[in-house]
Amino acid sequence: MALTAFLAMVRKDLRLFLSDRRAVIVAFAVPIFIGAFIGAITGGSTREGRPKVNVALADQDGGAVSQAIVDGARADDNLNVTVTSEADARDRVEKGAIAVGVIIPRGFGDGSTRALREQGGTRPELAIVYDPSRTIEVGLVQGVMTQHIMQAVARAAGVPRQQLPFGVSTAALTAKNAPYAGYNSYAHSFAGMGIQFLLFSALNLGIEMLVERERGLWSRLRSAPISRFTIVGGKIASMTIISLMTLLVSFGFAMIAFKVRIAGSLAGFLAVSIACSMMAAGFGLLIAALGNSPKTARGVSTLASLVMVMLGGAWVPTFVFPKWMQQVTLVVPVRWAVDGLDATTWRGLGLSSAVMPTVILLAFAALFTAISLARFRWEEA
Amino acid sequence: MLEVRNVRKSFGSLVAVDDVSFAVEPGKLTGLLGPNGAGKTTTVSMIAGLARPEKGSVLVSGKALSGDTDPLKRKIGLVPQDLALYDELSARDNLRYFGALYGLSGQALERAMHAALTLVGLADRAGDRVKTFSGGMKRRLNLAAGLLHDPEILLLDEPTVGVDPQSRNAIFDNLEELKRRGKALLYTTHYMEEVERLADRIVIIDHGKVVADDTLAGLYAGVTPGGAKSLESVFLTLTGRSLRD
Repeated sequence: MALTAFLAMVRKDLRLFLSDRRAVIVAFAVPIFIGAFIGAITGGSTREGRPKVNVALADQDGGAVSQAIVDGARADDNLNVTVTSEADARDRVEKGAIAVGVIIPRGFGDGSTRALREQGGTRPELAIVYDPSRTIEVGLVQGVMTQHIMQAVARAAGVPRQQLPFGVSTAALTAKNAPYAGYNSYAHSFAGMGIQFLLFSALNLGIEMLVERERGLWSRLRSAPISRFTIVGGKIASMTIISLMTLLVSFGFAMIAFKVRIAGSLAGFLAVSIACSMMAAGFGLLIAALGNSPKTARGVSTLASLVMVMLGGAWVPTFVFPKWMQQVTLVVPVRWAVDGLDATTWRGLGLSSAVMPTVILLAFAALFTAISLARFRWEEA
Repeated sequence: MLEVRNVRKSFGSLVAVDDVSFAVEPGKLTGLLGPNGAGKTTTVSMIAGLARPEKGSVLVSGKALSGDTDPLKRKIGLVPQDLALYDELSARDNLRYFGALYGLSGQALERAMHAALTLVGLADRAGDRVKTFSGGMKRRLNLAAGLLHDPEILLLDEPTVGVDPQSRNAIFDNLEELKRRGKALLYTTHYMEEVERLADRIVIIDHGKVVADDTLAGLYAGVTPGGAKSLESVFLTLTGRSLRD
């Protein structure tokens, strides 16, 4: 009889979830939309080439040296150069349409060639203007432009080309023997949004339990000869299934539309996903146990969810956090879920990379469930 | 059939139910009356297994009810005051779920659903979502959900709140039929005329204690001898006229 009741509880929750169009849209469509948006603005896929910095370049000099500089910049893999006037370059930067503007002033070619030959005198100035909100790009542009200017000016001055006494090789490093590995910002953004909305789904189910209590449905459930274990087990099972569906639908879409691949261990990916869904189920149960009413519980639990996903690196990767914050966020379950999914998707790591996140997420699930059981109001009067 | 014996329940310093005893016999309807906060709902909750008495016991067929999974709970059906139904599900899916909570499945569940829906006159609306039902139809479905597992004892907590006279009358007919089938019915309400019409015995609770337990005729004779012959006057005589809310 316990199994019949257990299955009926799970089936009922799934039916209710799927019959609520708003819940389905929030669970499936919204994370896809936001994940796609964040993935697009944070770089796309490295397999499609590294992102370039947009630069507006104004050549007021018009000489052979400045033309060589412009040609060098245009051919550079790091830059996407638009040659324009100074006024237009400044206007674009001011309006935030472009990160960096480079202005080669009149007489720059001759002046810099003379300064190099004579090793002194007045040096002409290259003007770089930039959007103050994008300081990272300006450093890169300055370095790249210096390289091209030195090459062009040295050639014009008849100075033998200077060779660095060392070479530099760069390689984007992901797991060996993982042919699909490679950073894909969609993999991270869909993991983050999948987890965020998986938490929202569990949160809604927790609040639904409070609604059931208000509407007498809980009384009807408790008056049946069913153990507390069956009731809690049924709720955890249905919350886990719905949360897992939310995550897998998001990822499935990302795999089809954005070439996200589980480049590492599939078993590890599934283990982290299931453990994360169980953690979310425990979170939902916690809301049902601690909440006084659906209305108050919704506000507090939404805030708690957003803090967890923000600190867990679901919106932006945790490596951009200050060092101390990176340490603090280790106590946030979402951090482990994001790390686990990153490891098994674009990093292309094996099953071992999923073990720790899975164990810790299951520990959080157990902790949330234990607190819920201790605080649950079983009696109705 | 159902015997409530000296039960007590308190919440902090508030004693909600104190030494309450009464019985409900098969084929009879017992009306449980009391002002707001008198202890009716707490008493019903203890009988339904939703709350555990601190003292005393609830006996079903002579055996004490104990624990969440006690099979004796199968003999009890609860019709809560709230419309304890899922609006987004059909009537059939609601009953399928509630029946499964009592271990019903397959053909037995289908037969039980058909019988319950037929009794309350909703067999032709079985596939419709509950949110499309009127208040009276929801009340009748609420009753059907409590009857599904064919309990011997039915606890009805204000089952006619907010329904029109037609639906109320239909519910009364259902209850008369259940009495004829030998069910023991415990009925709480604030509507005195309902109890006057339906009850074989009346228990009045106030401040957590039983202040009267008799037939309607017995109450008239004992409480207001020679006075007004209405249950309301008996009730007000026993519980006073001061407001309780």
